[in-house]
Amino acid sequence: MPCPSARSDPGRDWTGVERLQDQNRLELCFPATEAAASAAIATLALRLGARGLTEERAADVKIALAEAVNNVVEHAYAGLEPARVRVECRLRPDRLDILIWDTGRPLPGLRVPAGEPASVDRDLQDLPEGGFGWFLIRQLSSAVGYERRKGWNRLSLRFDLGGPRGHNKAPNQPSCRRKGGP
Amino acid sequence: MSLSSRVAGTTQVITVGADRIDAAMAIQFKEDMRAETEGGPERVILDLSAVEFIDSSGLGAIVAAMKQLGGGRRLDLAGLTPVVEKVFRLTRMDTVFTLYPTLDDALSERAE
Repeated sequence: MPCPSARSDPGRDWTGVERLQDQNRLELCFPATEAAASAAIATLALRLGARGLTEERAADVKIALAEAVNNVVEHAYAGLEPARVRVECRLRPDRLDILIWDTGRPLPGLRVPAGEPASVDRDLQDLPEGGFGWFLIRQLSSAVGYERRKGWNRLSLRFDLGGPRGHNKAPNQPSCRRKGGP
Repeated sequence: MSLSSRVAGTTQVITVGADRIDAAMAIQFKEDMRAETEGGPERVILDLSAVEFIDSSGLGAIVAAMKQLGGGRRLDLAGLTPVVEKVFRLTRMDTVFTLYPTLDDALSERAE
């Protein structure tokens, strides 16, 4: 469950401070700006890396986390007064759960997008410059969940860690077929 | 955004001095790349060896940088660190750009 203070007062209680409840739980709350998100993602990745995730899995987590947080900053709060984003990481021996809360707009259709990758099989000038975020999130995480409740969005990302924070299983296969390539 | 540029023969080498290219700096990166590459040599090598992290916004900015070079010019990438390489591979942008393990490889065109 979300931390009561954050849930009851998402906009004011948290001022970008990091809260470490215990060894296996990490929380960070920050303003929904690109600069604050960039710093927060770097901090969280560093902290998680220090807790024994393999370098490769820590990288997966960082990429997926960055895409999820960027979505909040760029889309959920688009055109709104940016409020805050809260990220909570819960680390267990076999899995890492990351919960991301915001008070922005809900996801369209109250659903996690399918995350079809933008096609790169096209002429140079038509190449996509975006549209990879949800694809990367789905590729790198083991499961993605979403809940809208009382003005809150909660996105949950699960990362399975094989063994005691050791090597993970292969990332989820994409829901779409990759053309060509290995 | 910290970019440094030098011309080696018919090739321009642009080195990214930042440790990440993400949403917070993607627009600046694109603008700085435009300024650096205006009217330069046909081939541009982007040295990414200092970049430890990239997100899809940063990836999009590199694609945009290649587009704005215009026809007949090309942007090659060198020195991709593991996370950067992974983002290129997952999005299949590794099929769009020529990637070189190091800047030296790029200068001598030894593709990986």
